[in-house]
Amino acid sequence: MEPPVVAAPPSGEPGVLRRNAVALGFLLPAAILLTVMVLYPTIYTIIRSFFGKDAHEGFLPSGQFAGIDNYKSLFTTNILVTAIKNSAIWILVAPALVTAIGLVFAVLTERIRWAVAFKAIVFMPMAISLFATGVIWHVMYIKDPSQGAVNAAIGAVKSWVSTPGALSSASPSTPALTGSPQSGYVLQKPVSAGSTTLLGLTAIPPTDVPSGAKQVATLQPKAGAITGVVWRDFKPGGGVIGKPEQGELGLPGVHVKLIDSSGKTVQRATTGDDGSFTFDKVGSGSFKPGIAASTFAAPFGGVSWLGSRLITPAVIIAYIWVWAGFAMVVIGAGLAAISREVLEAARTDGATEWQVFRRVTVPMLAPVLSVVFITMLINVLKVFDIVISIAPGSTQSDAAVIAVQMWRQSFGGVNDFGLGSAIAVFLFLLVIPVLLLNVRRFRREV
Amino acid sequence: MKKHRLVIAALLGVVLLAAITALASAKPAKKSASGNINIVGVWTGDEEKSFNAVLDGFRKANPGIKVTYKSTGDNTPTVLATAVAGGKPPDLASVSQPGLVNDFQKKGALKNIDYARGTLSANYPPDIAKIGVVKGHVYGLLIKGANKSTVWYNVSSFKNAGVKAPATFPAFVKAAGTLKASGTPAFSVGGADGWTLTDLFENIYLRQAGPAKYDALSHHTIKWTDGSVVKALQTMATLLQSSNIAGGTSGALQTDFPTSVSNVFTKSPKAAMVVEGDFVPGVVASKNALKPVSGYNVFPFPAIGNTKNYVEGGGDELMAFKDTPAIRSLVKYLATGKAQTIWAKRGGYTAPARTVPASVYPDAITRTTASAVGKAKVFRFDLSDLQPASFGGTVGQGEFKLFQDFLKNPSNAKGIAKQLESAAAKAYKAGK
Repeated sequence: MEPPVVAAPPSGEPGVLRRNAVALGFLLPAAILLTVMVLYPTIYTIIRSFFGKDAHEGFLPSGQFAGIDNYKSLFTTNILVTAIKNSAIWILVAPALVTAIGLVFAVLTERIRWAVAFKAIVFMPMAISLFATGVIWHVMYIKDPSQGAVNAAIGAVKSWVSTPGALSSASPSTPALTGSPQSGYVLQKPVSAGSTTLLGLTAIPPTDVPSGAKQVATLQPKAGAITGVVWRDFKPGGGVIGKPEQGELGLPGVHVKLIDSSGKTVQRATTGDDGSFTFDKVGSGSFKPGIAASTFAAPFGGVSWLGSRLITPAVIIAYIWVWAGFAMVVIGAGLAAISREVLEAARTDGATEWQVFRRVTVPMLAPVLSVVFITMLINVLKVFDIVISIAPGSTQSDAAVIAVQMWRQSFGGVNDFGLGSAIAVFLFLLVIPVLLLNVRRFRREV
Repeated sequence: MKKHRLVIAALLGVVLLAAITALASAKPAKKSASGNINIVGVWTGDEEKSFNAVLDGFRKANPGIKVTYKSTGDNTPTVLATAVAGGKPPDLASVSQPGLVNDFQKKGALKNIDYARGTLSANYPPDIAKIGVVKGHVYGLLIKGANKSTVWYNVSSFKNAGVKAPATFPAFVKAAGTLKASGTPAFSVGGADGWTLTDLFENIYLRQAGPAKYDALSHHTIKWTDGSVVKALQTMATLLQSSNIAGGTSGALQTDFPTSVSNVFTKSPKAAMVVEGDFVPGVVASKNALKPVSGYNVFPFPAIGNTKNYVEGGGDELMAFKDTPAIRSLVKYLATGKAQTIWAKRGGYTAPARTVPASVYPDAITRTTASAVGKAKVFRFDLSDLQPASFGGTVGQGEFKLFQDFLKNPSNAKGIAKQLESAAAKAYKAGK
């Protein structure tokens, strides 16, 4: 074999040919790789998206040609439309917020003393994989305040404002008492002086019965007064509902009220250890006794972060938590490169700090900001793992974005590669404008 | 240089030796190929050990046949699909997806095991023997059963409320009410996992509508808008009132299955009962604060009407890709009560054979859950497992999603039935 010619050939036709051949030789491996791993799969996916679920997979798909059916179902199936809507929300909200928050952090860290420590902390989430981030935030978002950190924090603040009632889980044992935990419960049938009333409550766990509770009192009518008991209308096996029995406890410390026929509260009382209460000297007329709402004030039950309504904002918050650090570092680097003299000049000319920020810093940072924004835009279009790991099964379809449905329809159980390919093509079309934007920017920079 | 040569020579020697031994070991294997059986399957860990113990019984009786079991775990469907496509399937395979038996049968990859019919009728309850029958021939053999008609409860919650394990559905509803009055919500529902809800529905449907309708619904020959479906949904709604459930319905929708179990299996329970299959205690095995029988216990899903010993369940099926005398004798052996007793004694197993006596199970709880399968009067496979995956087995859509919507709003039985029907119709159309 002839040794390859290394030295530059003399000018002329054969030289150009050889140079082209060398260039081709260098390009060929990359071209082959691109063809096999990018070009062919892309073309295959596009063709596959026009075939049905059970089409035969070969070098090219065959059989069960479906036309544009897959695209039709992409825009008519409820859960897929939800995914498209969610992706739109993500695109509108997430990149802008990440860039804005990153900018704020970057500018602020320039001025605080512990800038390095602060930057390190904000950047830290970048070291965690998005899936793990999702798992962490899923646990933090749990509705029960005794398990979810976010709701525990909200609950702690709320408990300063209002304390839960003693019997927050209780409800009336008979339909004679009506109302709601928010308004309290009132006996429907009016009573007059000298009569007795039974206010039975149920669904009280043994652990919630106030300490000191005794066997429920046996009522004696008293002249000129209305007497009654509030008691836990339950004993093992259920007992007779609506009747105080041996083995059932009175509920002490319950606030009861007496309402006259005009709906005004005329007297208040607190029950004794045996659950009994007395309204003395009630006079004539008819009255309705009831239990005050304060008894039932429920403890904070938690915000349903993982419920269908809040799930997408919840996931976006977690996503921002991760990426704000990245934006901060990149923008911070851009900030460091701005010449101080320009800022000083602006200040000397009498610009306020806000004006300096708005009119000088931000315009000078614009190239960096657009890099961050476009990077985040591409990132957001393919967001996947954090959605899967935060949303519980019951709200997976409410949280899903396009990439999630692409996976779920092709691999996540449905195994419909036709529909999956159609979703992939749709996603591809969405990415193209952003890609063009990016390529143009590269060209400008070169 | 010399050193290098030596090393190369040594390496060559090793390779040569390896090749020779490989040849040598391959040769005798080839000679007695008819006596070789290889099995792949889903069982790993303890289950793998137990299955090997079952195989040992066969090996001892048939020293001429070499049986090997290779565990492929959760990847079994993929492994089998590739092996069949490549033309080199194993002799036997165990899978936990009943749909695979149909799939491979359709592709013509399976050999029927009609030769085991005699053994089956001698050992299995008729309903379980019928499970793997496709187009009149036996293609699948349930080897390891699972009982999904069980209700697990916290014994002290039951004691506090003074209720006993109910045997009938009205007693069940009444017990739920009494538990609520005692201050402990009756049910912990893992609504974040849609399959817990389909299991509850299937238990009710099998008992209320009967096995014939159940079969029809599982083949989609009746519609989901059928009156029987709506009625079962309404029955389900009587159990799923928000005040009956720990955390209410919105809390239940965010409770995953393991949490729903630990809500009940604790000393300060958030709910008294969890309705799920025999695998429930395994979920909290490492952190279970309660002792079996005295702390937690189980009862069969209550009968609706005259439906005692009705079981909704599942399990792992064995299918045969080849047919040799050796394989025939092994398949027949695995279907006997004798073989399954070996596994039953080791625990973690529910024998589908009725000829396995309840007394061989290692503890009282398993005796209740496992022997129910063997003595089942009616046994039906989990209905959602028999549906196209896009309808019966995908998170966030189809049955799973619609039953979660139903839990959110249990008064909407008719609306959900309508949506179930349109989702099912779509999935069945796409599947054809």
